[in-house]
Amino acid sequence: MRITVSVNGQPHTRDVEPRLLLVHFLRDELGLTGTHWGCDTSNCGVCTVQLDGVPVKSCTVLAVMADGHEVTTVEGLERDGELDAVQKGFVECHGLQCGFCTPGMLLTARRLLDTVPDPDEGQIREAISGQLCRCTGYENIVRSIRWAAAAEGEARR
Amino acid sequence: MQVPAKFAYERADSVPHALELLERYGPEARVVAGGHSLIPMMKLRLAQPEALIDINGLTELGRLAVEDDELVIGALVRHAELLASTIATDLFPIFRDAERVIADPIVRNRGTIGGSLCQADPSEDLSAVFSALRATAVIQGRNGTRTVPIRDFHQGPYETAVEPDELLVRLRVPISSGTGSAYVKVERRVGDWPVAAAGAVLRVEDGVIAQAGVGLTAVGAEHFCAPEAETYLAGRPPSPEAFAAAGRIAAEHCEPHTDQRGPADYKRHLAAELTRRALAAAAERI
Repeated sequence: MRITVSVNGQPHTRDVEPRLLLVHFLRDELGLTGTHWGCDTSNCGVCTVQLDGVPVKSCTVLAVMADGHEVTTVEGLERDGELDAVQKGFVECHGLQCGFCTPGMLLTARRLLDTVPDPDEGQIREAISGQLCRCTGYENIVRSIRWAAAAEGEARR
Repeated sequence: MQVPAKFAYERADSVPHALELLERYGPEARVVAGGHSLIPMMKLRLAQPEALIDINGLTELGRLAVEDDELVIGALVRHAELLASTIATDLFPIFRDAERVIADPIVRNRGTIGGSLCQADPSEDLSAVFSALRATAVIQGRNGTRTVPIRDFHQGPYETAVEPDELLVRLRVPISSGTGSAYVKVERRVGDWPVAAAGAVLRVEDGVIAQAGVGLTAVGAEHFCAPEAETYLAGRPPSPEAFAAAGRIAAEHCEPHTDQRGPADYKRHLAAELTRRALAAAAERI
């Protein structure tokens, strides 16, 4: 089946089998390996991408379901060579150790700050509660997202 | 790597089109919306439908609104939308209680209300919620729509009243004043399926319970409800003693099974205790 998916603002047209999962479309068809592939059971959340701006677990979405829609992956966060505030936050606050959960965490964090610009710790923990950090580095992930929220708040002033 | 077996994929552009596709592909076709029950089952090859009919584009099924004296919830409303709807959760706090503990926020972004009910998993939270609320399911077929009381909707594990060539289009929940509701769940870890859970809906008139709804999840309660406990409560003043007695009655009449989530006697204990707690919380909210 021929599908056209807009990924990070670029349309990509491919012939795919309906059973192809979005995570494999991104990684294997488009070579965007920033989206990681973990538990394959919609539990761990490392495969999280944004579909029309909303975080979804791409191991449980068919690529054909994204036909005509907008997907954002970690590769799409950077703008004009500058990292997104959530990426900077993870750098500044040591928000990653092994890095496996990081792309999904970043996309969830981006959505959270787009909808709740100044989240408290509880809101951040709730937002990332569908994603597992194998390093158990949640403290620093929360701190990183707080850092990004503060940086964006500062920039708005 | 988990890969579903091959299937044909069709995208419906209207409800009549979806029904036409269901008729064309026959009983081995499945409707897919959020896909968060069906796609994992297909990946494990527990389900091998010959065709998927994608209804994600049917925005007419995504409505959530009060119409006359009912809350109408489209089958395609996502869990996250129900949780975020103050109209729904102010009228029926039981939705907020339940949705907060269904899977996780990212799964809730995608999974749908209709999908949860049609999956009819015995451990699925919303089945008990709608059962406690005495909702009505609206099912559409080629010859028009029909309504089914939610307590006739679930016919067994993974079995519903929806025929292969029909589509659940919306749920209707009766609104009445003097009503409180709550849902209480015990799970092994955050976001898990319940070990057991109970929902309660109480309507009090002139100091006595005019109608009680008790929903039970994952404890083998037929139609996800506890009619004996409801009958016991009707006509009594709300009180801790009455709620405890109703909990004991609910526990007596369910049939929990021992599985990886816990032994049957523990689940029966939870059925009693969670029913009591849900009733008490519902009464507080009237």
